[in-house]
This record gives sequence, structure tokens and C-alpha cells, in this order.
Amino acid sequence: MLGADLPGESWKLRGQIGYLGHDPLLYRELSVRQNLEFQARLHGVAAARVGQVIDGVGLANRADEPLRELSRGMVQRAAAARAILSDPPLLLLDEPRAGLDPAAAELLEPLIGRQSGRTRVLVTHDVEGGLGESDQVLGLRGGRQELFEPAESVTATRLRELYS
Amino acid sequence: MRNGPGLFSASWALLRKDLAIELRTRESVPAMALFSVTVFVLLHFGTGRDTFSGGLAAGLLWVTLLLATVLGVNRLFVAEREQGGIDAVLLAPVDRTAVFIGKAAALFLYLVLLEVVAVPAFALLLLAQGSAVAVLPLAGVLLLTDIGLAAVGALVAAMASETRARDLVVPMLLLPLVVPLAIAGASATEPLLGAAGSAPELLRWLGFIGVYDMVFLLLSVAVFDFLLED
Repeated sequence: MLGADLPGESWKLRGQIGYLGHDPLLYRELSVRQNLEFQARLHGVAAARVGQVIDGVGLANRADEPLRELSRGMVQRAAAARAILSDPPLLLLDEPRAGLDPAAAELLEPLIGRQSGRTRVLVTHDVEGGLGESDQVLGLRGGRQELFEPAESVTATRLRELYS
Repeated sequence: MRNGPGLFSASWALLRKDLAIELRTRESVPAMALFSVTVFVLLHFGTGRDTFSGGLAAGLLWVTLLLATVLGVNRLFVAEREQGGIDAVLLAPVDRTAVFIGKAAALFLYLVLLEVVAVPAFALLLLAQGSAVAVLPLAGVLLLTDIGLAAVGALVAAMASETRARDLVVPMLLLPLVVPLAIAGASATEPLLGAAGSAPELLRWLGFIGVYDMVFLLLSVAVFDFLLED
């Protein structure tokens, strides 16, 4: 993956994967800006990029407040900003729109959605939504692979059967 | 791996982050200082004697500082594990050794701040008025010992952070490891608290502390990568 022979060369992937999941992986006591500036230093990213991603997720007017004072949706937007801060070629997304209202989900679409142009691995129980933005679908039941096919050959009904 | 920051830039970033969180929460240093001052007050009023001297005074000082260190070590990785910060750090293109350096440096600064409060309180409450305390050599002993405490503390904090009974594991791992350091620190401190002692003896204990610091710094750097990966 990305030129690394896994699992032995997993160290080669550091800095190449953006992860957005249930936990924001941000410090509650720090502000959005402090969190992202810290991540920027760790990734060797220019400080100016922090302002860009904060604007991109629509948090410019709340960026200096501690994360613990923000709503769940705002924290998820901050986590999305962290995930794309270093412009990673691969995004791992685990229910990335959890806690987002429709307007916020639309705001993040160019950053983490199909429009982002990145390779994305999306984990979701939203059958229609997930199918709509996938090229390839992997269906699991009880942790075992049930299907692995191009998205156009898979129907929502078939995917729902995995839950029965 | 993408080109990330150098080892010391990453360590500095981690240290700045920890100091920013401590400034905001004030969880570690105030608790450590309050604990130490409380112990000295209890000893002052509870033992029926106004002053201590020599080996007993040095021992009391170091036992108190060690127990206060346990409080700081317990909190060192809390934000990383409870808020998932360490996972974001592990995704970044930084050498894992930077995490050790950042954490050990943070603990070292916490210990220095603790001693800025605790040692004057100790002198005021437990030493006889007019005791000849050699302040500069004492500061040297404290700083040299703090390096070892910070190295072992950061290592133990990383090990304990993966366990559910972190509050129990930290003292069980930390205290046995720092017993030699506490003995050396107390022995080096004794002649500086007005008791009789010779310069060669002090230098011998300082040499021991220096060797201990070096061994545990190297050991921690060697094993820290594996601790974080596992």
C-alpha cells in the first residue's frame, strides 16, 4: 500500500494516512487552532495551512475556543480538518458524517468526499450514502467478507441483507 | 514515510503541547506541590518536633518528592490515552523517541516547579532557623536527580498508560526503579543541609546519579519505540 510492504513497512505510511473516526483524536483542553498547529508541527506542514483548513471546515469564528466547549458536530469538523491537514493521499473514514448536520456534511464534501480526489476507505452503516460514493464495495457479516464488487453491480437491497 | 520535522522539533512541539494543556488544566504541578507542602505541614505539627536535620531531613525531603513524582507520572499520559492524542501522534511522520523526549522534558519541568515550591516550604517548616543550607549545590543535586526521575517516569507512564489499573501500576513500577536514585539523592543532600559531610562523598553520589541518569536515558530511548507500537 502506497509503496509499503505491510505489515513490516508500516512506518513508511506515517504522514500518508488521514484518519477520521468516532474519536476526534484532538485534545479537549486546547483550542481548534492549538490542536491543528500542534499537528502541523508534527507533520512538518506550514503554519499558513492551519488557517486554510480552519476556514475550509467553517470554524474560523470558533477556532480559539477550547474543544470541550464546542458541539459534537463542530468537534467532528475540527477532526476532519486534522485528517486532511497534511494533505494525505489516503483517507480512512469511519462514519465520518456522524454528528454532522446536512449543511456541515455538505461543507466537508470537497474535503473528505468523492470531490476530494483522494483514495478513501469508508466504513459506514449508511447503505445508500456509502454506496453512492463508492467505486468498490466490501460487505462484511460477522467480520467475514460476504461481497467485494464494483459499486455499480451492488444494490442497496443486497447490502441490507447483510444485516438480516 | 513523508519528511517530517526533526527529532528535536517534534520533541519541542510535544513539550509545548503538554505545557499548554497543563497551563489550561493545572492538574499536575499544583497537585504535586500541594501534596508536598501538606506532608511537611503534617510532619511539622504531627511529630512533636520542630526541626529535623542530617540524614533524617534529607530522607524526608526525598520520600516526599518521590511520592509527589508519582502523582505527576500518573497524569503524564492521561490526555494521550483518554483523548486519543497519541493515535494522532503515531500517524505523524515523527520518530517515536520524540514522544519520550517531550514527555520526559515535561516531567522534568514539573519536578523543577514542584521543588521551587516544596524545598522552601521544607526549609521553613522542618529545618532549624539559621540552618546552613548550601542552596546552589542543593539545586545541582535536585536537577541532576530530576533528570533520572523524568526519564524513568516517562518510561513508566507510557507502560502504565496501556493498563486499566494505571494508578496502581505507576507506583508499583516507578518506586522500585527509583530507589537507588532516592538513596543517592538523599545521601548527596544530607551534607548540604548543615550536617557534616565531605566534598569527595558528595561528588561520589553525584557521579552515581549521573551514571543512573545516563543508563536510564539510553534504556528509555532504546525501548520507547516498542512500547508505543505495542
